[in-house]
Amino acid sequence: MSIFLDRQSRVVVQGITGRMAQFHTKEMLDYGTNVVAGVVPGKGGETVFGVPVFDTVKQAVEATGADASLVFVPPPFAADSIMEAADGGIRYCVCITDGIPAQDMIRVKRYMMRYPRERRMVLTGPNCAGTISPGKALLGIMPGHIYLPGHVGIVGRSGTLGYEAAQQLMDRGIGVSTSVGIGGDPINGSSFRDILERFEADPETHIVCMIGEIGGPQEAEAAAYIQEHMTKPVIAYIAGLTAPKGRTMGHAGAIISAFGESASEKVEILTAAGVTVAENPSVIGETVARVMGRKAA
Amino acid sequence: MDIHEYQAKEILARFGVAVPQGGLAYSPEQAAYRARELGGDRWIVKAQVHAGGRGKAGGVKLCNSEHEIQDATNEMFGRKLVTHQTGPEGKGIYRVYVENAVDFGREIYLGFVLDRTTQRVMIVASSEGGMEIEEISETRPDSIVRSTVEPAVGLQEFQAREISYALKIPPALTQQMVRTLTGCYRAFRELDATMVEINPLVITADNRILALDAKMTFDNNALFRHPQISELRDKSQEDPREARAADRGLAYIGLTGNIGCIVNGAGLAMATMDTIKLAGGEPANFLDIGGGATPERVAKAFRLVMSDENVQAILVNIFAGINRCDWVAEGVVQALTANPVDVPVIVRLAGTNVEAGQKILANSGLPILRAGSLMEAAERAVTAWKNDQKQNTKMRAI
Repeated sequence: MSIFLDRQSRVVVQGITGRMAQFHTKEMLDYGTNVVAGVVPGKGGETVFGVPVFDTVKQAVEATGADASLVFVPPPFAADSIMEAADGGIRYCVCITDGIPAQDMIRVKRYMMRYPRERRMVLTGPNCAGTISPGKALLGIMPGHIYLPGHVGIVGRSGTLGYEAAQQLMDRGIGVSTSVGIGGDPINGSSFRDILERFEADPETHIVCMIGEIGGPQEAEAAAYIQEHMTKPVIAYIAGLTAPKGRTMGHAGAIISAFGESASEKVEILTAAGVTVAENPSVIGETVARVMGRKAA
Repeated sequence: MDIHEYQAKEILARFGVAVPQGGLAYSPEQAAYRARELGGDRWIVKAQVHAGGRGKAGGVKLCNSEHEIQDATNEMFGRKLVTHQTGPEGKGIYRVYVENAVDFGREIYLGFVLDRTTQRVMIVASSEGGMEIEEISETRPDSIVRSTVEPAVGLQEFQAREISYALKIPPALTQQMVRTLTGCYRAFRELDATMVEINPLVITADNRILALDAKMTFDNNALFRHPQISELRDKSQEDPREARAADRGLAYIGLTGNIGCIVNGAGLAMATMDTIKLAGGEPANFLDIGGGATPERVAKAFRLVMSDENVQAILVNIFAGINRCDWVAEGVVQALTANPVDVPVIVRLAGTNVEAGQKILANSGLPILRAGSLMEAAERAVTAWKNDQKQNTKMRAI
């Protein structure tokens, strides 16, 4: 099994009847993802591309054995949906929704703590492109065809910048074990460090490519973890060298508001922790290839 | 979203925080009238702009007569106040707030923020009020008291008392301090703020705790459930281009360079700006048109970027994931046909159907420069901009 997903993962799509959710459900089914259920309150009994829709997550889990969830619910209701997944027995949840109030996410994170660790759901996102284990399952909105199966673990905040990296790897024939989007919001389900721990323990992942940006403490936390605990090589790229201080750059979380949150400071901290930092986004693939070659030799 | 000081004070007062008596004015005459309404013989006149550092920039004046108020506000109205937080362009003064001057002793700093490390609301307080928090953390880090709030139960009184004792507030004022702290937290929590700052919070000569200044910022993502907060938006305090873009669902930030950027995705947009800089140019803006990059959005983006007269070249960088490059290319061609631009346009497409997209651009008959990688695109944009500049200089020389 890859870090979160497998060919056997049984996926429920929350908010499946929405226009975008239907489109991406079709994409996931075409990719071979085992989408077994949808959940939309009040629409139980309907089907979407042959997938049965339930009123509640508990009903969906009971009827189909779903263990992973994709939340495609509009911002005002998304936090409620994530908590429903956590309570309904889902093990891994990806939330795509962009624009969830920060205090809703604080409540979600607090709510998830009420479950003992072994039963606690893992959340990635919100405001992310999702997770893919190439050739196995796609839980998100990324284009599946730019990922080859392989041994590079990708973790990043940004969607299209992550695609950029995946495409550069594919152009060099380099494959990916799992790519995880942790999203651009200030309060998120999993941090860089959380995902790095998974990659470190994952036999399918040999090297990690981490794509960060300005704002927040999570790149620095990752650097400390890498230095102390990681045996696998990590390469990184940090976006936002030219971003002005105090301005939110698109992502709600991409704002330099404290020391250590600018791109140059993050590059410095990561470099000091032994991470190979790609100087510009065009050389992410090249840098991974170089470090892999060095490791092989 | 930011609001004005007087609005923040009105809100906090509703939550039990004590603030000075004051009145809002839109003209010098009104300011003098407000002073008469308030009574007393000394007033503080404060320019209402969305920025800190007003005092040093001349936006706060102590006045001893209605005459002085008229003179002081005559100076303020219509002027741009430039503080270290506004940037060189400053922010326009269209409202002033008149308050009774207060005699006070100690000044305290009080801030409520979303702490990203603990992912909770954090209270930051210091006995060294009056200075900005950056300055306090540099010069008197030992004076800072921190406390995080457990989200399930909210701020507890014992936490508020602990903060009060740590700040060495006189015991007779502990209850007032507790009321101030819990009031700020409830306002923060119930109205989806991302920041509440009172600096300074003072102990007055007659032993009251009073918020002399107040600043609140709200979570844009939560405005849907607070229409009464949305109403407080003041567009005169925003960059007009950024406000226009935001109203159209585009994330735009104006910068000072010459190369306009149109990109899908915030991370890729930042990466594009960085690459322009590495190639020797300066980006004119940050612009994220969203992951989808529909032709309508591309067209809107061109109009927006061209409204900046400093733009001398435009770099379009689209990663078409689920969308196809040929579709995005059609959008670019349509946008440029409908709104021709007189600066070089460099387009870099990547992702699905990239060859078909390139062909559409090449066959369009439009002077579009194409690039394969992001680095190549940035280099071509910088070269095109420099050549353009040379030509312009030559033309001026002739």
